[in-house]
Amino acid sequence: MSETEQKVKDIIVEQLGVNPAEVTDAATFDGDLGADSLDIMELVLAFEEAFKDESGKSLEIPDDDAAKIKTVGDAVNYIKEKQGVTT
Amino acid sequence: MSYEAFVSGTGGFTPERVLTNADFERMVDTSDEWITTRTGIKRRHVVDPGMATSEMSEYASRLAMEEAGIGPEDIGMILVGTVTPDMALPSTAALLQERLGAYNAGVSDMAAACAGFLYGLATARAFVGVGQYEHVLAVGAETLTSITNYKDRNTCVLFGDGAGAAIVSRGKGKGKILSACLRGDGRQWADLQIPAGGSLREMEPSDLNNGRRCISMNGREVFRHAVRGMTESARVALRDAGLAQEDVNLFIPHQANVRIMNAVAERLGLTEDRVFNNIEEYGNTSSASVPIGLYEAHRDGRIRPGDTVLLSAFGAGFCWGSIVIQY
Repeated sequence: MSETEQKVKDIIVEQLGVNPAEVTDAATFDGDLGADSLDIMELVLAFEEAFKDESGKSLEIPDDDAAKIKTVGDAVNYIKEKQGVTT
Repeated sequence: MSYEAFVSGTGGFTPERVLTNADFERMVDTSDEWITTRTGIKRRHVVDPGMATSEMSEYASRLAMEEAGIGPEDIGMILVGTVTPDMALPSTAALLQERLGAYNAGVSDMAAACAGFLYGLATARAFVGVGQYEHVLAVGAETLTSITNYKDRNTCVLFGDGAGAAIVSRGKGKGKILSACLRGDGRQWADLQIPAGGSLREMEPSDLNNGRRCISMNGREVFRHAVRGMTESARVALRDAGLAQEDVNLFIPHQANVRIMNAVAERLGLTEDRVFNNIEEYGNTSSASVPIGLYEAHRDGRIRPGDTVLLSAFGAGFCWGSIVIQY
């Protein structure tokens, strides 16, 4: 597991108070992990604070992008892409 | 500043009638569980027909004046933060002046939405600080039920009515105002607005029923910016006061949503026992929530001599701010 992937999953575990074993790539936030709409907003905020984009600025996750992040895997891929990491 | 400015008295008022979550279950598609987990709100106090913002302001102001030991003739300026004035013209401050008989005062409303009381308190501090007035009355008061869209289940459950007030005095009082940080970001104006009824878009007959005369909100953007703005302004205000986050004994945030309040407190490293919370009882009362909180914290003995109190609010504009008071 890459450093980014581990960090994303750690944030999800902390923010949502879920068991690390549940945080699989396919797990959906609103279904499998029981997050409500505000949990997801808090998660997006936490990602923005924890990561930087490829130019070294704090990550910005616009609403339209946030709406497309449905699973843990989506979040990991989105953040890696913003960091300029090729997957 | 040439003079030190102190909070010398506070007051609060909320109407008696209550709307519970069960009442909303009968009005819109919602549930007590949904409202509680997403907002922390159980009840809101609402006015009966005939009571408006200036009347609630009067009751709160009288308590503040009594505690400060001043009469209406001692007030040099009245500043009312409100988005729900009794009428578009004149200001609610003018109507409050008549109710109080405070005829030596200048009168003006502060248009800073939910941050209206903080803008008023910071302005009061500045007026007192330069020596222009000895006592300034700062009020935050709202009849939000008059601009609530009871067909919008996402927002109608949030809002309640109420008023809070503080007297700011030169040189003596209970809590010295150490610093104030006020900020704005007009790029986000569209995220929290009342679309109709201003000079841009006059009210049309259809607006009475389509929600355009009521508060419309992009909850996601408000949440994101509120957490950031309140946290950042609190850090600046504390730095300007020469204090650190751990010096805060009581944090009184705008009671907008318990999830926002907790997210800010967490970022400031403040444990739950240091965060004032009455949102369960009153809901979001916009500019009234912080002064009602300050009043209740005083009344209930939650502020002791020596305590550092941090106020913070965020609202439409966006505009927001934080103020540090040393007791």
